[in-house]
Amino acid sequence: MIPFDYARPSTAKAAIDAVVRDKSARFIAGGSNLVDLMKRGVMTPEKIIDINALPLRGIARTGKTIRIRALTLNSAVAADPVITERLPLLAQALKAGASPQIRNMATVGGNLMQRTRCPYFYDTALPCNKRAPGSGCSALNGYNRMHAIIGFSESCIAVNPSDMNVALAALDATVIVQGPKGERHIPIADFHRLPGNTPQLDTNLQRDELITAVEIPDAPGFATTSLYTKVRDRASYAFALVSVAAALHIENGSIRDARLAMGGIAHKPWRLRRTEDYIRRQQPSIRLFNNAALADLKEARGHGHNNFKLVLAPNTIAQTLRTLAGLA
Amino acid sequence: MTPDHIEESGCQHASRRRFLKQSAAAAAIALAPGAVVKAAEKGLDETAAGYFEKAKLQITVNGTSHELSVEPRVTLLDLLRETLHLTGTKKGCDWGQCGACTVHIDGQRALSCLSLAVMQQGKQITTIEGLSTGETLHPMQEAFIRHDGFQCGYCTPGQIMSAVACVREGHAGSATEIREYMSGNICRCGAYPNIVDAIMDVKKTGGTL
Repeated sequence: MIPFDYARPSTAKAAIDAVVRDKSARFIAGGSNLVDLMKRGVMTPEKIIDINALPLRGIARTGKTIRIRALTLNSAVAADPVITERLPLLAQALKAGASPQIRNMATVGGNLMQRTRCPYFYDTALPCNKRAPGSGCSALNGYNRMHAIIGFSESCIAVNPSDMNVALAALDATVIVQGPKGERHIPIADFHRLPGNTPQLDTNLQRDELITAVEIPDAPGFATTSLYTKVRDRASYAFALVSVAAALHIENGSIRDARLAMGGIAHKPWRLRRTEDYIRRQQPSIRLFNNAALADLKEARGHGHNNFKLVLAPNTIAQTLRTLAGLA
Repeated sequence: MTPDHIEESGCQHASRRRFLKQSAAAAAIALAPGAVVKAAEKGLDETAAGYFEKAKLQITVNGTSHELSVEPRVTLLDLLRETLHLTGTKKGCDWGQCGACTVHIDGQRALSCLSLAVMQQGKQITTIEGLSTGETLHPMQEAFIRHDGFQCGYCTPGQIMSAVACVREGHAGSATEIREYMSGNICRCGAYPNIVDAIMDVKKTGGTL
């Protein structure tokens, strides 16, 4: 690792001031992604601002929302009784991610900022528009089995690797950030970006903004009927080929409401709004789910090695819905 | 360029980086043969590293408190192995993919290879060396021996640290649960069935770990 300076401020203001003052400074929380990237020379901050002394831990239910502060560990969120009872989808997604050791280090804010696991992004010897803008995309004509099938561009076909982000997208979370000019609330759908011709930007978070919390609507109707399905190369501790976060509110044999999002297919968690519309106010059936599963994937296209995702993605959506409705 | 020169420039961080880049470039031009360039760059790198501040660190490892001065780029794993000479904790991939470096930080299992030492101020670290009491092995160590839970043994310290945490967390209820909660520890010899047996055995025997 190249040398760098270190600071541990004790207030959010001091932390934000530190990155405003120093353009090459970056926040660090758990470090489970940033330290890895720094070791490989993919990210080379000259100063890291350790935010662990900030009072940003804990989960609270306030009125109609559940607020998770940014430094709360992934393992703590997954085991919290408020989360397991009221947002089991989030607990399932967190437990499907990484390993117990990493979940004990990784924070909610850091998970939102997790960078792609595209091997070309990590390999500093090869072109990558995300790491070195303008150098080209090695994945486009390279080994692209893990890569995006929707929302990609000629600049970048990488996917967001997080499981938590997929659940947050389905649950309509809001990311609360603090910057030099005050607080800002960013809906999860607007937090992560599509690559376009600026794949170096993963999110709409500004360089001088600090994530302080995530807020999730407390929607009890979804609590008992939700499921995170993750398809991967080994039974545990692997990134998703595809994943589906689904919550159904079924009442009197009819789907009153649905929330669906998909991981492993795009540069950001992919909300399946057309599929939701397709099944809303309908009676669950295998035929309905099989048809609905294709609604959001009409524009999907493979790059060779990942063509299997064109079949795996709708099948995973349909299977998740069948399981939730008891039709499996 | 002298250290004084750098401090005078006002913007310390920018000039430190510039110093490194310029010096490395100058060295590359002046000393053509590859090996010489490499050596020179390495030397300059070390010199440049000296300009980055070391940080004070108080850390307790296996019950012993240490007052240290560390470079921010030193990982907890390297601190344990290189500075404190506790080589029981192993460096496998060094990238957070294998679990060989698993230790307990304030009682929770974590990867020491992805933890910066400087960020562990005031923390209690337990390594494999801290599990046994004198010549008496920890019950999990005994169980790994009894069930032949290893072949080459390189992943074993990480497996055992993870296994102790797995039982303490209450995630050793069945073979399936153990496999899920031990998935962060890779064993390329494939001793998995025996590792699961060892953990089940310790769990069944009960007692405090």
